[in-house]
Amino acid sequence: MHGGNDSHSSPSPADRRISALVRHLQGSPLDAADPCLAVAPTAAARISVFDHVVRAPEDPILGVTVAYNKDPSPVKLNLGVGAYRTEEGKPLVLNVVRKAEQILVNDRSRVKEYLPIVGLADFNKLSAKLILGADSPAIQDNRVTTVQCLSGTGSLRVGAEFLSRHYHQLTIYIPQPTWGNHVKIFGLAGLAVKTYRYYDPATRGLNFRGLLEDLGSAPFGAIVLLHACAHNPTGVDPTAQEWEQIRQLMRSKALLPFFDSAYQGFASGNLDADAQSIRMFVKDGGECLVAQSYAKNMGLYGERVGALSMVCRSADVASRVESQLKLVIRPMYSNPPIHGASIVATILKDRAMFQEWEVELKAMADRIISMRKQLFDALRSRGTPGDWSHIIKQIGMFTFTGLNSAQVAFMTKEYHIYLTSDGRISMAGLSSRTVPHLADAIHAAVTKAA
Amino acid sequence: MAHLIRAGSSCRLASSGAARSMSTAWWRHVEPAAKDPILGVTEAFLADPSPAKVNVGVGAYRDDNGKPVVLECVREAERRIAGNSNMEYLPMGGSVNMVQETLKLAYGEDSDLIKDKRIAAVQALSGTGACRLFADFQKRFSPDSQIYIPVPTWSNHHNIWRDAHVPQRTFHYYHPESKGLDFAGLMDDVKNAPNGSFFLLHACAHNPTGVDPTEEQWKEISNQFKVKGHFALFDMAYQGFASGDPERDAKSIRIFLEDGHLIGCAQSYAKNMGLYGQRVGCLSVVCEDDKQAVAVKSQLQQLARPMYSNPPVHGALIVSTILSDPDLKKLWLKEVKGMADRIIGMRTALKQNLEKLGSPLSWEHITKQIGMFCYSGMTPEQVDRLTNEFHIYMTRNGRISMAGVTTGNVGYLANAIHEVTKSG
Repeated sequence: MHGGNDSHSSPSPADRRISALVRHLQGSPLDAADPCLAVAPTAAARISVFDHVVRAPEDPILGVTVAYNKDPSPVKLNLGVGAYRTEEGKPLVLNVVRKAEQILVNDRSRVKEYLPIVGLADFNKLSAKLILGADSPAIQDNRVTTVQCLSGTGSLRVGAEFLSRHYHQLTIYIPQPTWGNHVKIFGLAGLAVKTYRYYDPATRGLNFRGLLEDLGSAPFGAIVLLHACAHNPTGVDPTAQEWEQIRQLMRSKALLPFFDSAYQGFASGNLDADAQSIRMFVKDGGECLVAQSYAKNMGLYGERVGALSMVCRSADVASRVESQLKLVIRPMYSNPPIHGASIVATILKDRAMFQEWEVELKAMADRIISMRKQLFDALRSRGTPGDWSHIIKQIGMFTFTGLNSAQVAFMTKEYHIYLTSDGRISMAGLSSRTVPHLADAIHAAVTKAA
Repeated sequence: MAHLIRAGSSCRLASSGAARSMSTAWWRHVEPAAKDPILGVTEAFLADPSPAKVNVGVGAYRDDNGKPVVLECVREAERRIAGNSNMEYLPMGGSVNMVQETLKLAYGEDSDLIKDKRIAAVQALSGTGACRLFADFQKRFSPDSQIYIPVPTWSNHHNIWRDAHVPQRTFHYYHPESKGLDFAGLMDDVKNAPNGSFFLLHACAHNPTGVDPTEEQWKEISNQFKVKGHFALFDMAYQGFASGDPERDAKSIRIFLEDGHLIGCAQSYAKNMGLYGQRVGCLSVVCEDDKQAVAVKSQLQQLARPMYSNPPVHGALIVSTILSDPDLKKLWLKEVKGMADRIIGMRTALKQNLEKLGSPLSWEHITKQIGMFCYSGMTPEQVDRLTNEFHIYMTRNGRISMAGVTTGNVGYLANAIHEVTKSG
């Protein structure tokens, strides 16, 4: 509480509240005129109807950055949230994105009108082609409906809400572990959430047998969340052969695939390669959902650009599904934000800009792959106990180090390194300059901490 | 379908052809959804080839040439921010800067509530997103409550609270006979609602009727809310756009704050800054103290996170660039007044045209109502005639978006309205 004895002339908050209460108790001129309008004594208390609301815990992932920002140490390192950083540790706006923005800004004919509920038409078509392939028969048959959504989160939520209303088996299976926000998204949408085994701590790789067993015992028709590539948080992906087996199993039980594609192009550096898992499923003629995000691969994080595609059996079904997706979106935010989608469309539809993007995307992916190698080499040269090959086997932005929460806390306290307590590090936050510091910290944590 | 279910873990299939025929169509039962009554109007308008067509449907501002407008202050703000900033994630609660400036608009530059940090506020996806966040919050933290919604209201309000699973009730608002406010009916409903009910109020420029309570009436409403201990959520989508003066348009809110109400407020920059497609707005909830505000804000963020994680940055940057630069803010205020004045001018012109045509009906309400919309009083059948015979597009409740009226089409519009209404 601000004290009342400062030299300012303005009253303290406490004084102001007391005078407000006094005004209430004394009543207003209206009260004298009509006794029915006299203020009831209890109404003057002005208790909030939300008095019982408790403070929510910090989001575990975003909370890491909050803690990092508070740390005054000059050697602090933020390996928490998955946003790409350059070698200099700076956020990156792709050159091709800057170009696209300038084009948009300089075009005086552009207006800021509402987009349709389903978003920017160009953007939707181009996004579907990007993820499914330009020659996808599903697109050619008009069997795909694509709606612009607010990045990956928004696409997942809209898809989940649709399923909650129109699908017959309201259980979704998510991999163990997965991005923390998945369970909240599906839960709020009204789906029951179950898990399937995915990560094997012993090998720091895929628990393929466990995965097949768990999906094999799922009820007929259940929804299954699949990370298209660069699994978050583990970086562990199935091989092409393993994907094929997963596909066969799922189709045999009519399990409905819901792909989360947040890293297309970012994982291997090649857009088509990173979409293979999805295309494999679409090729067999079956149905699926795909949530796409441009946050990482185009660096458009804060613009909230994404798309939900639903691959259906027929054009007629796709059209009806689209009309129902609109009913989900309208009471959520009416129509999606225009800026980010316009940037994406500008780039995707221009051949030269598209190629420029591919080059910049590959550079980001290559830098991350290089960081993996450097960290692996640094740990080996320190003779850090343990097998660290998973660092170079895992793919994408994150590495699941295998460090436990005590070791993580140790690294934060002693070395000012910030990461989520599950031991996940964002490789994008590393640079050649900071790899040694991280290697030292891991080495110390493994040899000293529990 | 039994043959599709494999017992045991064998998962080899004869061929991919078998897999193709096994996948069933999950969505065969999905019905085509009804078109949105408001946005469907523009779709129909766009599909009409007639050169005489007029769109007075959706509430987006048009200049006197019928063209959409990007405000100069917005263009300047965009020039400044293009290529400058990075596109990192905003915090879940959005741009702190933008939210602070936005609170000043609603609560006043020198608001004690802001000074005392008693307002929980987050950036939201325009007015829709702000209302939805509040509805979800209301469901979670006042699970037994209902929402009282005026009759009529923006149709999407019903969708929002329905999808948030909050039961709805209505209260009297529009008086068809006078084409004004049913004040007695409203006050009765306020009195008869159980103590501590939640009410949705349009702060100014009621959508779709354009009918607002007078200052005196707002004071009485506020008083009765005090007696009953009701919660007021203000939906303010037209601040500045109604009278041309943002301070004046916030009067209803200020009256409630003077009386000590702990209100909620949904704000939108879609119309008053012309940022429609950017989806920029704000949801605020006044709390008893700063600690409670922190708690409430954190819970609002918990609801935003599984919906879209964090809000879009571009529109927020435009807003904060404009509002934190005194010259740009002045320019904005001038441009907002310009838009409001043009609409007020069109109201006068439409009324005068109808009177000149010798219409037997009273069109007083055109100039008494305020904001973007005029509730003409026309029936759905008359509206259909306007569309089919005159290629004039509006929602079937007779709501005219005055922003779509220009000096070029006001005569045509008046003539058409006269034609379909002159026999009664």
